[in-house]
Amino acid sequence: MLQLIVQTAAAWVIPVFIFFILVYAVVKKVDVFDTFVEGAKEGFSTSITLIPYLVAMLAAIGILRASGALDLLTQFLSPVLTYFNIPGEIIPLAIMRPLSGSGALGITAEILNSFGPDSFIGRLASTMQGSTDTTFFILTVYFGSVGIRRTRHALTVGLLADLAAFIASVIICSLVFQ
Amino acid sequence: MEMINLIWFAMVIIGLVVSAATGRIDAVTDALFSSAEQAVSVAFSMISVMTFWLGMMKIIEKSGFINWIVKLLRPLSLLLFPRLPRNHPAMHAILMNMSANLLGMGSAATPFGLKAMQELQTINEDPNTASDEMCTFLAVNTSALTLIPTTVVALRAASGSLYPTEIVGTTILATFCATMTAVALDRIIRAMTRKRKRR
Repeated sequence: MLQLIVQTAAAWVIPVFIFFILVYAVVKKVDVFDTFVEGAKEGFSTSITLIPYLVAMLAAIGILRASGALDLLTQFLSPVLTYFNIPGEIIPLAIMRPLSGSGALGITAEILNSFGPDSFIGRLASTMQGSTDTTFFILTVYFGSVGIRRTRHALTVGLLADLAAFIASVIICSLVFQ
Repeated sequence: MEMINLIWFAMVIIGLVVSAATGRIDAVTDALFSSAEQAVSVAFSMISVMTFWLGMMKIIEKSGFINWIVKLLRPLSLLLFPRLPRNHPAMHAILMNMSANLLGMGSAATPFGLKAMQELQTINEDPNTASDEMCTFLAVNTSALTLIPTTVVALRAASGSLYPTEIVGTTILATFCATMTAVALDRIIRAMTRKRKRR
């Protein structure tokens, strides 16, 4: 039942949203096409401004991933997590989640394939993947687009929120699925 | 040195040193350029999405549809952005970004989010430094407040799960914990740093 609701919602939310916006706008006598074009003009320049920020951040993350530094960190953290009964296979995902969206999704897919999506690790990885976002990407893109240099406590808060999501996922999944 | 410079420097240097030590220096050169290429293609693929949703945003604002969303999410905006005027374009874009995130419309969330940053920047006292509202907005965004984790459900279904949606409940709970933590920490650290400045 829930599955049907979520899958239907995922497929219908954008079309329904657009339908209501356009019908409402026409009822309110807005020239929808002209207005759309007027707003859409900024899309190109905003996206292009992001290139230097994205290249800087993704290149650094690419170097870090290829170097094997993350594997070393995994080995280092593994005994600590085993002590708390947290499966060590989840660590690469926890490390990758704030750094790279595509990287984290790749690790989640790998975990789902090798352990099965309905295993405990599979459910835990799914919950972790969905419960937080790619902090570095969002900070780079959002601050970069307006030229903010001093980001104050935003990175600290973002990373601590990722840690909170990780801990919460482990506790909640242990209570619900074990 | 600013924080971001230090982190960027550390990421690159640690990567280079570790790769030299583990004998993966070739892989690092490849990764460097393929990542740079990926960055450009991310920016290019954002052009289409940005253009489309910024066009829709204009219609949403001009038609007054935005007022319904402002009304609907009023408690949330009062809680998170008490100093931001309700009818400011920045508030409009922030609420559109949150609605898109809540409904799992990932492609729409970033364009609305970037629009929100531009509008917040117009009322920022120091254009080089993040304002309080920007920090709060990013705290909510990096913790991914959502009601429909579409990507993960699709991935689980694709990898043959019998119950792709059984993680919806746990995900909503975990993301709620993350967002509460982020918002609370944002307030606490803001208050602490302000006190230090006054002294």
